[in-house]
This record gives sequence, structure tokens and C-alpha cells, in this order.
Amino acid sequence: MPATRLMPTDEAAELIELTREICRKDLAPEVDGAERDHTFPEKAFRTLGRAGLLSLPYPEEFGGADQPYEVYLQVVEEIASVWMSVAVGVSVHSLTAYPLVTFGSRAQQEAHLPGMLSGDQLGAYCLSEPLAGSDIASMTTRATRSDDGTTYSLKGTKAWISHAGHADYYTTFARTADTGGRGLSTFLVPADATGLSFAAPERKMGLHCDPVAQVMFDGVTVDADRLIGEEGQGMRMALSALDAGRLGIAAAATGLAQAALDAAAAYAKERRQFGRAIAEFQGLAFLIADMEAAVTSARATYLHAARLKDAGRAFSKEAAVAKLVATDAAMKVTTDAVQVLGGAGYTQDFPLERYMREAKVTQIFEGTNQIQRLVISRQVLAG
Amino acid sequence: MNIVVCVKYVPDAQAERTFNASDNTTDRENVDGLLSELDEYAVEEALKLAEAGEGEVTVLTVGPDSAADAIKKALQMGADKGVHVNDAAIHGSDAVATSLVLAEAIKKIGSVDLVITGMASTDGTMGVVPAMLAERLGLPAVTYASELTVDGGVATIRRDGDASTQTITATLPALVSVTDQINEPRYPSFKGIMAAKKKPVDTWSLADLGVDASQVGLDAAWTRVESFAARPPRSQGQIVTDEGDGGQKLAAFLSERKFV
Repeated sequence: MPATRLMPTDEAAELIELTREICRKDLAPEVDGAERDHTFPEKAFRTLGRAGLLSLPYPEEFGGADQPYEVYLQVVEEIASVWMSVAVGVSVHSLTAYPLVTFGSRAQQEAHLPGMLSGDQLGAYCLSEPLAGSDIASMTTRATRSDDGTTYSLKGTKAWISHAGHADYYTTFARTADTGGRGLSTFLVPADATGLSFAAPERKMGLHCDPVAQVMFDGVTVDADRLIGEEGQGMRMALSALDAGRLGIAAAATGLAQAALDAAAAYAKERRQFGRAIAEFQGLAFLIADMEAAVTSARATYLHAARLKDAGRAFSKEAAVAKLVATDAAMKVTTDAVQVLGGAGYTQDFPLERYMREAKVTQIFEGTNQIQRLVISRQVLAG
Repeated sequence: MNIVVCVKYVPDAQAERTFNASDNTTDRENVDGLLSELDEYAVEEALKLAEAGEGEVTVLTVGPDSAADAIKKALQMGADKGVHVNDAAIHGSDAVATSLVLAEAIKKIGSVDLVITGMASTDGTMGVVPAMLAERLGLPAVTYASELTVDGGVATIRRDGDASTQTITATLPALVSVTDQINEPRYPSFKGIMAAKKKPVDTWSLADLGVDASQVGLDAAWTRVESFAARPPRSQGQIVTDEGDGGQKLAAFLSERKFV
């Protein structure tokens, strides 16, 4: 059954309705075939972009919708309940504008945000490197300022980049000084920049419509006004964007878990054994109850963090809790959903095995759940 | 160019649809409704025409309070204003009465160049209202358009039939009904949702239109539903056990039903 939602405004409720309509009419008929064939969901992004759903949390004056995270995240959750790859794509894309919106100069925002938030463009977020995953301060991609100060030249390799080769711009973190985390800076790199190239996509376990690849910067030159904010602010931007990005993943994981629960519940009511629907066996009904409890608490957890963020309060710990709780819930619920369907759940004739594969990565990306525990415990035990 | 699009608020086909036990009319209260999907094509076509030149799109519906949602959806898609004819006496009206109310409303809107409708309703699957409406308004009716162009005061449509394709023209003002092949209706956008809040919607009663209540409603209807029953649940199919003659039994089954 659709999630019960208490939306803060009429327009937010209408946004959810619009999202559900697009998901039902445009996304649902495509998802199975596209995931099987590893097709990039370009049309889905275009449809969502035209409807204004790719720029919800950003200022209206630059083409966004000025929606609070509480609303934006529930839209992501609705998309994920139909097509996880697209929801992850929306979350990643939303993250790519975060440094510019939060730290960029007015002139930079006026120059670049209208395009980025138009819904016609898709962004990629270049943070991780082959040897710098959780430990982002150890990154080695370097940005060298030209002698006259008008350009930067980027050299290095980024890894695990969603939309690599499909994106219109790459929000890229690179080292401008050898001072560890304090020496990182953020650049907005257009897709047609000379020297930018992409490796073959990783052969992943799931999320096949979210192409992920290494991005190589071989002396990519960008104008100095594509440095977002100031040199040395990169680490701060990355960490603060990650807090927001974790909420996107928490919301997407919640939607994925909801999809698995809905499919399992529907099957349990139809499938008959020993003369009755298997849902009538308490052993199975209680499994469904635990799944519902997991989904509902995941939703409550990310919404709590979102409301703190929307109110301008600190939310870093709560975002980490939400990411941990929602993605662990997604793993458990999708696994149990396969169990409810039994042998059928293990086949590719039903989407449950795909949900289970898709859930796994949510415990890994946007900060592994071990990193989330680090963030949480440090804050709880601080002082 | 002033365009009026006639739309209907219908029960969601994905929901459990039923009739009112009291008068055998369609239950429109206890079910989620929406702008009829066939009417979305009419709205889209009107918006495309308006965007291509100078034009204003008025969306018109006849229905109970909840029908305001159909107008809202059309306004979110981009229509400029709405007219909602809402009167308890209209409940139970048939196509004849509906076309009367629509016609009077269009006359009251005034100076209309083009009336666009869908090809049928998705609830009653009634498809005669466009022709009736055109007759009442004295307009040429070009129906089942799978393509529409308007140029120099002439509307030209393409009507796809099984054996032929017809090109039909009509001088404006005219009425055009469109099929689900004519375009791909847009979704509302966030901007459209926000803009719709500020667009004007007039609500008119039968008195506002000068229509006497005795001309509409269930009592005036030429047809009425005498009784209804839920479709019986699908029974289990016939199982053919193969005792060496499975193929013959299968062929006999199909031939009995004239499939082979």
C-alpha cells in the first residue's frame, strides 16, 4: 500500500501525486527491461527534469522549487519504490549542485545554476578515488593554478562515479595544496572539457541503470571562475554535502524497502498452501509485520534528520543514523521479501532478487555503514 | 484564439468502481477520481495550439465538488482558466442533458473559436457528447482527430479509419474531438502546480446558465440503469488431462469457441 504521508503544504502533497503519476505511467513500464539490458534511463531523467523534480531543494530564482528536504526526500523515496537506479541518480544529481548553491559566489551561481537546475542537465559527483574512498583527505587528484591565475589544470583519476560519460558537468574535488584535508578544493568541470575521459563502466551486482565508472582528468583545464568558493574549502563542502547526500540515500533505501514489502505482502495474500493464503500463517504474517516496522522506522528516521536540516539545526549525526538505519532496513527487508516468495523470489521472473542486490550497495556508498557508526559514535561520545 | 476544452472528472479506473445503491448512478463520492485520461489529450492539444500562437485555453467541466480536481490538473498542465458547472440537480444526467449544460456554459463563456473534447468518457464510455454539443452550438463537428492543425480560420483534422485515412476541414468556430493517438499529454510541472493556484476558476449553477433543473438530472434522462450486479469472480479454467488425447481435446476446445 502507498506510504501514509503527512506533507507540510498543499503543493508538497501535489508534488507527491505528480511523482506517483510519473512513476506509474512512465517509469514502472520501463524498469524491468532497462535493468535487464543495463540501459541508461535518459528518458526517465528527462521526464522528471521537465516536471521540475530534479531540482526540488534549490532556490526558485535559479530554477529550483525551494522545497524543504522533508519534501524532496519523500519524492526520492517515491521514485525509489519504482526504480531504484533513477532515485539514486536523482540523489546524486541533487548533490552535484550543493557546493555551488551553498558555497559559490553570486556571480558563479548566476552563471551556472540556471543550466544545472533546468532539468535538462544531469550532474556527476567526483569525490572518491581508487585509493581514497572513506579516507577522502588522502585524495591525490591535483588542480594546479596557472601562473597568471586565470585557469586550473586538473590531473588524476576519480572512481565510482555515477553518470560517468552521461553527465553534463562534473562537480570535482581536487588537491590544491599538500595540507591534507585543508588542501582540497572544488571545481565545476563541463563534460566537454578537453582531457576528460571515462573508463568502461564497472560490472556491478545491481543498479544496472546507474552506470558507474572511473573518470580520468588528464590535464583538464578549467577557467578559474569554476573554482567553487575558495581554495581549501573542498573538504568542508564534501563533508557537508555528504550529510545531505546521506539523507538522499536513506530515502531511496526506504523506498526500495517499501517496494519489496509491497511485493511480498501482495504475494503472501495470493499464494495458497495447505488450503489457505500463506499470509494467514502467523510465521509469515509476523515477518511482514517486522518488514513494515523496519520501513516505517526508516522513514521516520530520515524525516527527523530532514526536519532538523530544514530548520537550520545541526543534523550530521541524525543523517548518519538515518543512512545506517534505512539501508540496513533495506537489506533486511529485501532479503526477507525474497524469503516470502520462496523459490519464486530467487528467480528473475520477480523483481525481489533485484531489490536484494540493489539494497546491498546502499550499505556501502555515500559512506559505508561502518563510517556512519564512526560519525555517530564520535558525536555521541564527544566532549 | 479562444479555446474551450471540455473535460470530465471520472472515477480512477484502477480503483474499485461501483454504483450508488439508491439510484443506480455511478458512485463518484466513495472513490478516488481524476481528470479522464482521454481528456488529457484534448487539454494537451489545446495547449499546443495556444502556445503556437496567440490563444487562451479555458477548461470546462460539469460535475460535483470533487470535479474541481479535473480543472486543477488541467490548470497545472498550463490551461489559463477554469469553469466548473456544479449543481446538485445535475446528478444522474445523461449525455443529452450534459451536452445542454456544456452548450449553455460555452455560450456564457462567449466568443469561442474552438471547442476541443476527448473522444469518449472513460467511466461511461459514452462518445456522443461532442456531436450533441456541436449540434446545440450550431458548430461543425470534426470528430476522432488523430491530427489537428488550425490555419487561417480553418481547422483541419486527420481521422484514421480501418480502411482509409480522411482529411477533414471545418471553418472556425468549430468543435474537434481528439483520439489518444494525437499527442503525448504533458505532466504538470512544479511551476505549473504553483501557477495553477493563482488561475481563476468560475463556478456556475444551472441558474447562472438559465437552464431549468427539470431539463437535467436522472428524472430527465432518456436512459437509466435499472439494476446492476458485480461481475462474478473469474472461475477456474477447464483443466485438460492428457490421456494420450490432450492435443485433440485442446483442438476441440479451441474449435468449439471458433478460435481455430
